Amino acid sequence: MHYLAERNEQDEKDLDREIMIATQAGLPLVAEPYQQIADQLGVNVELIKKRLRKMREDGRIRRIGVVPNHYTLGYVANGMSVWDLPDDQIKIFGHAVGKLSFVSHCYHRPRHLPEWPYNLFAMVHGHNREEVMEKVDQIANLLGDNCRRHEVLFSTRILKKTGIRIG
Amino acid sequence: MDALDRSIINALQGDFPVCDHPFAVVAGHLGLSEEDLIQRIQRLLDENYLTRFGPLFNADQFGGAVSLCAMKVPKEHFDKVAEKVNAFSEVAHNYQRDHELNMWFVLAAESQQTLNQARQRIEQQTGLKVLSFPKREEFYVGLYFEV
Repeated sequence: MHYLAERNEQDEKDLDREIMIATQAGLPLVAEPYQQIADQLGVNVELIKKRLRKMREDGRIRRIGVVPNHYTLGYVANGMSVWDLPDDQIKIFGHAVGKLSFVSHCYHRPRHLPEWPYNLFAMVHGHNREEVMEKVDQIANLLGDNCRRHEVLFSTRILKKTGIRIG
Repeated sequence: MDALDRSIINALQGDFPVCDHPFAVVAGHLGLSEEDLIQRIQRLLDENYLTRFGPLFNADQFGGAVSLCAMKVPKEHFDKVAEKVNAFSEVAHNYQRDHELNMWFVLAAESQQTLNQARQRIEQQTGLKVLSFPKREEFYVGLYFEV
């Protein structure tokens, strides 16, 4: 019985992985997209729906939907703001910066001293550079003297944008 | 792009239904037909207003490895280096940025080992050092962008 349960768990993991590989480039744009995936993988559509719901619940799928392209939608200025914060304060300030409505991504990443002293990365989008810099100033005000220095790296060109693909 | 396209983009950043006729459900809320909705999504993808439509996977929960990387590329070699870097299937995004570290890309691979190998091969092929910035902690990843 125990052995069977483990087998089932492994089968589910394998199927989840197959579903990921089949859909990571996108869902088929047909009336019954899950049926098409089921046919492609040779399994019942009920199982596909069940596993997708499960992955959405446990966070392996962040959400199902569209990803808008910031650039074509007019948000042509993209600034990666980077901040040098004391390590013992990064958690508190990381969450605070991440809560700002205009920050699209916020991560703690390692420094590379001496050339790279920054440990907090916050991505800011705007219609132009001035708008991004105004938002960056708001972050600077929030961090105050806790931040030792910061920079904004504007993107000047998208060289590749295929998204994360595995398998 | 018209007002209906905008409401489609806003509506589809929530949770797309997992049921037999998901487009019909969303189309019903927006007051258009299933077929119209599918066609509009296709057009928004073709015209590059959307980069993709489907499940957004959290790669590192599938045992994969992801890291932001950066390089200092001499200006005169920039395009050549970009071509070499982009040729790696492990490179998911690549941006030029106005900084001494002027090339920033995301590497994604099946495991930490294959990611490290890709990084080493990029260093060998370009003769440039690749700095790696794997995330220590994620504070926020935006899932909604009002248009």
